[in-house]
Amino acid sequence: MKDYSLPPKPKNSAFKKIRNIGILILVVAMYVWTFVSIDIDWGRAIERAANNFSRVIPRLFSPDWSATSDVAMSMLETVFIAFAGSLMAAVIAVPLAFLAARNMMGGVIASTIGKWILSAVRAFPDIILAILFVVAVGPNAFAGVLAIAIGSTGMLGKMFSEIIESIDMNVVEAMEASGANKIQILFYGVIPQITPEFLSYAIYRFEVDIRASSILGIVGAGGIGTMIIFASNNRNWNEMGTILLAIIIVVTIIDFASARIRRKIV
Amino acid sequence: MTNETNSTTPKKVPAIYPAKTKLQVTVIFFVVLGIYLFSMSWTQQQMAGGFSGALSNMFNVIEKFFPPNTAVISAIWGPMVETIQMAIIATTVAAILTVPLALLAAENVTTFKPLYIVTRTFLNLLRTIPDLVLAVIFVGLFGIGLFPGILALIIFSLGILAKLISETIESVDMNPLEAMRASGGNVFQVIWYALIPQVLPQFTSLVLYVFEINIRASVVLGLVGAGGIGLILNQQLGFYNYPNAMMIIILIFVVVIAIEYISTKIREALL
Repeated sequence: MKDYSLPPKPKNSAFKKIRNIGILILVVAMYVWTFVSIDIDWGRAIERAANNFSRVIPRLFSPDWSATSDVAMSMLETVFIAFAGSLMAAVIAVPLAFLAARNMMGGVIASTIGKWILSAVRAFPDIILAILFVVAVGPNAFAGVLAIAIGSTGMLGKMFSEIIESIDMNVVEAMEASGANKIQILFYGVIPQITPEFLSYAIYRFEVDIRASSILGIVGAGGIGTMIIFASNNRNWNEMGTILLAIIIVVTIIDFASARIRRKIV
Repeated sequence: MTNETNSTTPKKVPAIYPAKTKLQVTVIFFVVLGIYLFSMSWTQQQMAGGFSGALSNMFNVIEKFFPPNTAVISAIWGPMVETIQMAIIATTVAAILTVPLALLAAENVTTFKPLYIVTRTFLNLLRTIPDLVLAVIFVGLFGIGLFPGILALIIFSLGILAKLISETIESVDMNPLEAMRASGGNVFQVIWYALIPQVLPQFTSLVLYVFEINIRASVVLGLVGAGGIGLILNQQLGFYNYPNAMMIIILIFVVVIAIEYISTKIREALL
């Protein structure tokens, strides 16, 4: 006779049980704290929504075609901001990435410093940087370029340093052994290995920056965000519909193009 | 004889890359450089004083931000907490709503092709709209407050989360699912016993990742009136009260770094 009982269950250790209960209590406490102390005026929000619904939603879906040329020009400026900003970032990120990569500058200290700089830069949201640059260089598109450049440097630097850390070091060692100097190693051993992936990430970042730069105008840093804030202040939801359509079209096209280029490179 | 000629006239080394590739790369390089220079001049055309003027001005202005006014921290702590709560609520709701969407957008679960394509396209469209634009629209709809901010965060993170999770679902091991189906499990049983155990660690990790994104997004939503600390920051900047604004920016910086650090540690432990 065969015994068809289930195999024994793996035993959970007491430590695991206590840990799981602890995590559960923490999560529940967090939610209780959140939902008890947050204060949303539901009545007012619903009342406003009931009043505004017919004024906002239908007009959002009937774009104002007369604004097309203005919107197109602003969108073009947005693309320029993103392009200049991400190219600048791609250039600034390279030395920082070499500093942060563990296998390049030698020394754990240099790598740690580089990593700290990069994560500090990453912690600032783009739009906060834009606020700072608008105060510094005035409310114009160049403030947007600087904000995008600095904002993207953090992420690109991190990605680049990870790529550098993952290269095949045998090539570098072989070159060292056959007497190549540092510059030769850099140009013939390291750069050919990292270029395709660097380019791929830089193009991907351009994709992200298109989205980021389309809202910078909200704080005065140029691009289509300026029109967004005007349209919302004037309750001009038809124009907002046109703007939204422009953003969706441009972002989709650039996402598509960038995905194709990146597939070709890597 | 032949050896001599070889040693005197340098042998032509074949180039690593063919001439066509070289030409292509050169052309692309100059096109990129051209667009870059054009965009730089375009974006600087409204700038008074030009580039060098702006640079010297920058240091004068940045001085105004220092030293940050530390006295203001007790007043801004409340809105900061509110901002974190917005992100918690939005992430939770998005994590719940994302489950059906991610299942519908996964090619191996939704075998009905048109449904899969429609969901995918919908998610792609959702992801193209920036978070602040959503916030502007919701503020127009619901008035100034926390609610439009939370709603904007939900919609924004839903697009990202559903895409990432559907990709996770697509990469699971299909054998347990097939075995269950073969032994007569229905759709829900297959999902519950074969899919969820495989996806759960990544799911939690991705939710935490989206929480990080939401924290960053929620600190700036207030700039358009959607609640949280951004509202105070906008006011202080409007009053040209730069030391206060700097303190707010530093607080945002500290909170974002702390939450990212904790979240990264949890995610490392999970996977």
